[in-house]
Amino acid sequence: MSLALIAALPFLGALLPGLMIRAGKNACALAAASATTLALILLGLNAPAVFRGEVIQTRIEWLPQLGLNANFFLDGLGFLFTGLILGIGLLIILYARFYLAKSDPMGQFYTYLMLFQGAMVGIVLSDNVLLLLVFWELTSLSSFLLIGYWKHLPEGRQGARMALTVTGAGGLAMIAGMLILGQIAGSYDLSVILTQKEAIQASDWYLPALILILIGAFTKSAQFPFHFWLPHAMAAPTPVSAYLHSATMVKAGLFLMARMWPVLAGTEAWFLIVSTTGLITMIIGAKIAFFKDDLKALLAFSTVSHLGLITMLLGFGTEEAAVVAIFHIINHATFKAALFMSAGIVDHEAHTRDIRRLGGLRTLMPLTFTIVTVAALSMAGIPPLNGFLSKEMMLEEAVHTVWWSSPWLLPALATIGALFSVAYSFRLIAHVFLGPVRDDYPAKPHDPGFGLWAAPAFLAVLVVLIGVLPMPMVGDLVKVTASAVTGEAAYVKIYHWHGFVPALFLSLTAVGGGFVMLGLYRPLARLWDRAPRPEAKAIFDGLMEPFAERSRRVTEALHDGALTRYFAIATVTIVAAAAFAFWGAPYAPGLRAMTPVAAVPLIGWTLLVGATIALFLYHRNRLLALVLVGIIGLMVSVGFVYLSAPDLALTQISVEVATVILLLLALNFLPKRSANLSTPARRTRDAVIAGVTGLGVGALIYALMLRDFAFPTIADYHLANAKSGGGGTNVVNVILVDFRGYDTFGEITVLGIAALVIFALTEALLRAGPANDRLTGWIPDARRAGDRHPLMLVVATRMILPIALMVGVYIFLRGHNQPGGGFIAGLVVAIALVMQYMASGFAWTQARQKIDYHALIAAGVLIAAACGIGAWFNGMPFLTSAFGYVHLPPLEEFELATAAIFDLGVFLTVVGAVMLALASISRIAIRAGETVNVRPYEIEPGRPVKIEEA
Amino acid sequence: MELLVASAIGTMTACGIYLILRRTTFPVIVGLAMLSYAVNVFIFASGRLALAMPPIYDPATKGYTDPLTQALVLTAIVISFGMTAVIVMMALGAFLEHGSDRIDTDDDAPEDGA
Repeated sequence: MSLALIAALPFLGALLPGLMIRAGKNACALAAASATTLALILLGLNAPAVFRGEVIQTRIEWLPQLGLNANFFLDGLGFLFTGLILGIGLLIILYARFYLAKSDPMGQFYTYLMLFQGAMVGIVLSDNVLLLLVFWELTSLSSFLLIGYWKHLPEGRQGARMALTVTGAGGLAMIAGMLILGQIAGSYDLSVILTQKEAIQASDWYLPALILILIGAFTKSAQFPFHFWLPHAMAAPTPVSAYLHSATMVKAGLFLMARMWPVLAGTEAWFLIVSTTGLITMIIGAKIAFFKDDLKALLAFSTVSHLGLITMLLGFGTEEAAVVAIFHIINHATFKAALFMSAGIVDHEAHTRDIRRLGGLRTLMPLTFTIVTVAALSMAGIPPLNGFLSKEMMLEEAVHTVWWSSPWLLPALATIGALFSVAYSFRLIAHVFLGPVRDDYPAKPHDPGFGLWAAPAFLAVLVVLIGVLPMPMVGDLVKVTASAVTGEAAYVKIYHWHGFVPALFLSLTAVGGGFVMLGLYRPLARLWDRAPRPEAKAIFDGLMEPFAERSRRVTEALHDGALTRYFAIATVTIVAAAAFAFWGAPYAPGLRAMTPVAAVPLIGWTLLVGATIALFLYHRNRLLALVLVGIIGLMVSVGFVYLSAPDLALTQISVEVATVILLLLALNFLPKRSANLSTPARRTRDAVIAGVTGLGVGALIYALMLRDFAFPTIADYHLANAKSGGGGTNVVNVILVDFRGYDTFGEITVLGIAALVIFALTEALLRAGPANDRLTGWIPDARRAGDRHPLMLVVATRMILPIALMVGVYIFLRGHNQPGGGFIAGLVVAIALVMQYMASGFAWTQARQKIDYHALIAAGVLIAAACGIGAWFNGMPFLTSAFGYVHLPPLEEFELATAAIFDLGVFLTVVGAVMLALASISRIAIRAGETVNVRPYEIEPGRPVKIEEA
Repeated sequence: MELLVASAIGTMTACGIYLILRRTTFPVIVGLAMLSYAVNVFIFASGRLALAMPPIYDPATKGYTDPLTQALVLTAIVISFGMTAVIVMMALGAFLEHGSDRIDTDDDAPEDGA
């Protein structure tokens, strides 16, 4: 279980910052950090087992029919990556807290960051390839949000789009590749697939699967020719660059290659594709990095280059190379994250990261200088730092590798890559920190506060420690990880002095050459600027533009902003699909006997159909339309009574009243007639669409009603168990509060939300703005009644109120056994209250009632929830009801059911929601100058009436 | 009886569809209300029609109507009220903000005033 929890914790943590932003930025950062720390601790608890070489598994069935299960496993490889993701994540959370400006929405940032973290942890812990793919796509999406975090910057938006397009497209290719692998192996579980090396490599589908999966890995890890998105993604805030683009996301591709290494590696195709791609990427990335003037661009291309190096090592397909690859993943994460964060510090303090405008920062920012120097020297491969160790080992492996049937080509090219790497590392130190202090920095640079330098300093310390004491620091970790990659116990021995071996001379050549290149920087840069080179962004935009143009055209044709068009398209599509289904299958008339027709239902039908046709004809007179709707609603209720549905009839008729009142209130402020905006042709078209749809729907239900159930209906189960299991004889109510109580719970929540939305809309309308201006200057367009609060109505409603409330309570109490229940009782009570408003005036009534409708809604939902949770204490699932029979001496025996408590929640929510909706609209009327009456009646007996001239 | 119910549902659907294709808010609201009636009765009728049969458990009765569709429809009625209320409020808000109750912005169709 703990593995699933490790993956779930960042997602849970993602909820907190977004919600807690009002509690302050520290609280936000702390919430994100706590979730990460907790996940790290959980991971740490599994460490002893992992180092013993065990594989820890968690299996949760999700959709077993599809082979999609939430299976997780943790071996050395997963452990290393989870540790990197969570550990560096923690440092980034700290760093970002101090890096982001006051104006940046920090809650959002942490939410996105935690989402990304969760997705990454999910990738590295997944045991199911389908689950892995879900997380894989999730990293693309969350990184899109993070790269585009500064929404106001066009580079940010474009960079985010490019990253999403490239990595998303790669992800699609990978899905296909993974599905092929799953088909060959007969399982979508990685732990099974990884044992099927022979079957997979012997299959004809091996090469397609390999290429597809590698496209996914290469796009994610920015390998040539997909490397171009990474520098553009640098428009992201620096914490994002440090996290996604040095330590984690771009390593997901490497992780995948390492994960699939046991089944995919070892063939000629793997060796050629992977090592060649890695080599080209390493050299190209390093070369471009040397000439970049933007600090982050330099680091971005250097990352591309180092990712290429690791890819190349994995491509060699030997166990020794895999060990080096793993070791370099650790080293690169430490020094590159430190460098990115330091670049962010320089940018933050000097307000520029253009190398041409910097220089001489050594004395101004001594602390940052120290951190950068340590990390950059490690990147260059200078002893005794950790970058030296892995680079030396890489060159050693290169020397032993025959590539394109040449024993010296690969070492030579690898040395060139290393040489460029030395050159740009030295340039980073020399051109930013060394040299004379300038007097034209955009801002006065100085070392930052502890919060900013703590994280990179910690990483720099790790760089030194791993460099000096490699075996005690990471020996076991590399060993257990490499063993997980290769599937066999790996031999790990990392040391500084290998003797006078070829790798040493290659290394010396690289360092010497790097120095020379730095010295020749100016002439070289001039040469570089003159040389023509492809501009990746222009090519990408050129490729994308036709697609974007075409999809824009289709979208604009379908979604032109006209609601009527959507409705028309949707309706026609549904009707066409139904017609297609109907004509494509044989038709036999239904055999069920028809129910006889009596005279009374025929009258009802005539009224209903007549009113509907009248509505169609006269809908532009809105008041008349409302009257007709009332008739139709009434006839539907009567129909329910006749067709043995008393509960529905009661609900329908009370909802009818509330709806008509609502529409009347709204109509007060809307035009009383609908303007005719459609041409006759268009009306005809609409009438045809409507007619055909109506005919189809009518025919469908007619055919349905004349047939028996195709499957035994589950209604029988409900009928049989209502009394014995739910303790009530009104099966409809028992279904609502018991069998399908969870649905009902959802429904009252939705109802409550709807009422709150209405309230919020009202608040928005009543704020200063055009709507408010229009309301305060409102001129009624209809004549007012002379007697707005008629004496008879006021007296009658007041007399009715207690009776109506009693009826409400009665309907509520009998609901479990007889027609009635919380919904209907709520509506009845709401209408009784609304009648007071209507008769005596809104303000007069509002002043006399102390009910807060918000509280009523909240209480209703909470009571229903509490009732459901109560079942847990009985050891039963959520919302299981209990009932018993009680006998109190003067009364007859009666029943007590927990379902009644749930129904009480329903009742309160319904009352609150209906009242809040109606009261909100009434508030608009008050703003529009509706007079507030002091007395309940307009004309009071015994009070002299002043008659005004009209 | 089946024919009556089916034709009533068909008529209400047709009227509802016609109204939601209008271009001012109020007919669309009324049209949605009509569609709610039609759909509710449709779901109800899919439990088949039953005359004078209770949905109330009673050992003495000889048959029942289908309680399941009734329960479904009951909540649907209440929810459709909530939905109608929200759209009414949106329509009202839009009208008060802009002084017009048109619901779309394409200007290709002229006003013919008929």
